[in-house]
Parts: sequence; structure tokens; C-alpha cells
Amino acid sequence: MNRAVSGMLDSTASWLEGTGPLADTILSTRIRLARNLKGIRFVPQAGDEELRGVLHRVQSAVGGIPDLKPGMFSDMEGLNLLERQLLFERHLVSHDMTVGSPHRAVFVTPDEVTSFMINEEDHLRLQTLASGFQLTESYERLNGIDDLLAERLEFSFSSDLGYLTSCPTNVGTGLRASVLIHLPSLVLTKKIRKVLSGVTHVGLSVRGFWGEGSDVVGNFFQISNQVTLGERESQTLRNLDRVIRQVLDYEDKARDILQREAMPEIEDKIGRSYGSLCHARILASQEMIGLLSAVRFGITLGVKELPSLKAVNDLLISGQPAHVQLHAGREMSSAERNRYRATLVRERMKRESEGASKPRRRGKSPEGGIHGHA
Amino acid sequence: MKCQVCEQAEASVHFKEIRNDEVKELHLCERCAQEKGFHSVVQSDKMSLASQFQWMAENVAPNAGGAAGQVICSECGLRYSHFARTGRLGCAGCYRTFQLQLHPILRRVHGATRHVGKAPGVDGQRLEWREQMQRLHDELEDAVRKEAYEKAAELRDRIRHLEREMSGAGGGGTS
Repeated sequence: MNRAVSGMLDSTASWLEGTGPLADTILSTRIRLARNLKGIRFVPQAGDEELRGVLHRVQSAVGGIPDLKPGMFSDMEGLNLLERQLLFERHLVSHDMTVGSPHRAVFVTPDEVTSFMINEEDHLRLQTLASGFQLTESYERLNGIDDLLAERLEFSFSSDLGYLTSCPTNVGTGLRASVLIHLPSLVLTKKIRKVLSGVTHVGLSVRGFWGEGSDVVGNFFQISNQVTLGERESQTLRNLDRVIRQVLDYEDKARDILQREAMPEIEDKIGRSYGSLCHARILASQEMIGLLSAVRFGITLGVKELPSLKAVNDLLISGQPAHVQLHAGREMSSAERNRYRATLVRERMKRESEGASKPRRRGKSPEGGIHGHA
Repeated sequence: MKCQVCEQAEASVHFKEIRNDEVKELHLCERCAQEKGFHSVVQSDKMSLASQFQWMAENVAPNAGGAAGQVICSECGLRYSHFARTGRLGCAGCYRTFQLQLHPILRRVHGATRHVGKAPGVDGQRLEWREQMQRLHDELEDAVRKEAYEKAAELRDRIRHLEREMSGAGGGGTS
């Protein structure tokens, strides 16, 4: 197995730690900047040599930045399909990148906070992923990295249109800021549609857990800016911040209503969901996300004796199909996966209730643990 | 009064727009007002990016279906009709080659056709400059909210001055 990828399997990405501001409602803050190298055709139109050149130049630029030293490049073609899907499940590459075409690569720091996609739709997509609500901090971090890269790479930029991108929806700042937010109360009180339609009317977009084109699962919504031209970065972040705080406010109010009027029913639902996670023997991915969402809601409500936020967050990702199969060390049918997943989840719940929130150890994995798949 | 955008048709739509912390009075003809979507962004819920582009490339851009669709970028060889299908441009040069077609699309997607914001190239004063700009913009926004337009105008002049200074210093000013 690829070294960078196998390391991920055993660790929790720092954005899942559940430690950031408002982390009980806001799972993560993601900042992305799209950049292209001057004088080279955009990826969809570029030839083989051009793409190879882009990858080399990016690699050597990154190599010269001490802050990025601990990170690792992985060639998408050098990864198998499951490994590429694992990167997608961890929000490190787009779905498009799981097709392993030549000269595409990903760069990831060990904490998975900073990552780049090389030769996706644009030559360079820079990303930071942080736990909780950290728009400004995350942007400043990525902005600093962008500055360091700009000292070593000449980006395609026009004073009229800003950073030039393959798709005109990104031209200008190239900035996409998105917040992954958990809104169970608004869903339960059936107010979600109204709130989200308000959000889209102020120029923001709403997507599912895995970004563009993905379904909404487990009451998780990704809210991000749409406009990248004619608006300063700070303004984009301010707008998003304002709207997210409003949505949080609606969620709080809906939660108050639920707590006042339906607490026994809510607690019952949470308890049953937790029970299923602890004891189910067959668990499909969708079902798991729904159960985790309910438990997560319980944590927000302060219900006692539930697993930690970190465990819940971690399972949302490590319970995904490619994670499950790589953990098992082999490809599996969906029926097999569902059994294996149930065991993984059950064992994690058991460790949580024993209060041992130590990092997962491979020797403890179900079916005796499978090692050494290089 | 002529439309401020196309400068040809008679302006029939008048409104105040607050954009980039500036209050602007706009006088537009019906067509340009529609293109502007009145309020910056028209957001369609379920349309995929590609189909949005196809729709826009055919309906928003002038004559895309006809002769314009056959325009080819001399720098990368991309045909406009290909862009209309995929929503992806081929190179930086495409933005110049297809400028006429792209402008209405940009206006519809972003509500603007000009970049403001970061430019590459760092110099020592840049951070300080950016912070100062940020402060002025915050004050401007505040002034606009309080409808203190004289104060706003003064702040805007200071921002312009700073921007000119920056572009004079080779930092790639934006306005």
C-alpha cells in the first residue's frame, strides 16, 4: 500500500478531532484556492508534456518551503482505485480525481490540514481543512502558503479578472470557502428547506457531505460561497460568516423548541441510534451516517454517556466503503462490507464506553486484523 | 438617459446597488438589467454546472449558437462551442478571445466582471497595506450602513488613493 495513504488509515485527520470553535454543530471549515501556472494551457486542454511540467514545477516549489516539509506527494496513477477513493472519502481530492489519469497528484501534510490537488481541473488547488468554524484562521493559513508558492511559481493572473481558472465560476479570487454544518433540529422541525433556500438566495450554495453533486446525508450540509469575481476575499469570508451565524441561530431556536416540546421522543431516538451502533451486525454506510448523526445531536444536547465527538466524526469517514475495504486489506462486496463495518463500529463504541479513547490499533481490528498489504 | 452598461438603449430601470461597499445608482435598459439579474446572483438549485453553462452560453452570450460558436482561441485551439459544452476554458488567452461571450456570463454568475482582491507578488508592506485596506473597507461599510454618504465618499477616495499607490509600487493594484 502507498505509504502516505496507509498512514492515514490509522490516524484521525485533525479536522475530525472535534476541537475547533462550535465543533458540535460545525464539523469543518474548508478553504480552497484555485491557481494556474502562467503560460501553460489549462488542464483540460493541456498536453502530456505540459502536465508533467506542471507537476515537476509544483513539486520543486513545495520542496523549497520548510513549512511543507513533512507533507507527501502521491501520484494518483500510482494509487489503486481504493486508495484514490480513500482520499476522496477524506475530503482530500475531488471525485474527479479518483479517475487516475496521468500526471495528477495530491500533496497532503500529515495532519491533513493542508493539501493540494495538482492537475485536477486547475493546475493547482490549494486547500485547508480545519475543525469547527475557523474561516479567517483557515484562510490566513492558506493565504500564507499561497504567498510562499507565488514566490516560486508564476501564477496566471490578469489585473481585470484576477486569478484565471479553467472554469469561469472560479475566476477572480479563486476562493471557495465552505462550512460543513450539522443541522438536525432544522431537519426535524421541517424548517430546513426554508432556511436553505434563504441561503441560496444570498449567493451561497448548499451541497451534500462530499461536495459538488453529492447527496445530503445525516443532516449534514456544505454551505459555500459562489461568487469569486468582484468581491474581496475578506468580503466573501464575512458574507459566509454572517450567513452561517444566522443559520446557527435558526438551528439553536429549533433545538430549543425540540427540547421544550419533544425531549422524551428525541432522547429515545438518540438512545436507539446509539444502541444500534453498539449492537448492529449489519450496517450500511447510509444507515451508519444516520445513526451517527443522531448520536452527534445527542452530544450537542448534552445527553450523558455517549461516545466522544471525535469518535463520531472519525467513524463518519473511517466507516466509508474504501476505508472499510482498505482496513480489511481486500476488496469486498457490499454485503461483506456492511458486516465488517458493523464490527468496526461496534468495537469503536466498546472502546469509547470503556473510556479508552486511545488511537485505533491495527492488531485490534476485526477478523484478527490484516497487515502488510503493501 | 442612456443605459449605463450598453450606452445605447434608453435607461428604463433605475435602482441603487450596494456592491463592494459602494453605493451606486444604476440606470439601465431593460435588457442589461435582466442580464444583471437585478440582484447580482441568480442561483438555480439543481442545475448542474455544465448545464448552467450550456444554458448561459446559448442564451446569455451573444450569438453563441451561430458564428460566435466557431471562434477559435489562437493560443490553445479551443473552439467556443466546445467551451459551451464543457464549461471549461483552454488557457488564459481564452479569456481574451471569448471576452465578448464571457462577459455576460461572468456578470450573471458573479454579478461582476472585474476582479478586486488579492494579487500575486508579495512585498514587505503588503500585509500592512492589506490590513489598512481592510480597516478602511470596514469603516466604509459602516458609513454606508449609517447612510453617512459624505464620510463614505471620503473613505472611498482614501481607498482609491491607497490602491493607486499599491499599483504604482508594482503590487498589481486592482482598480
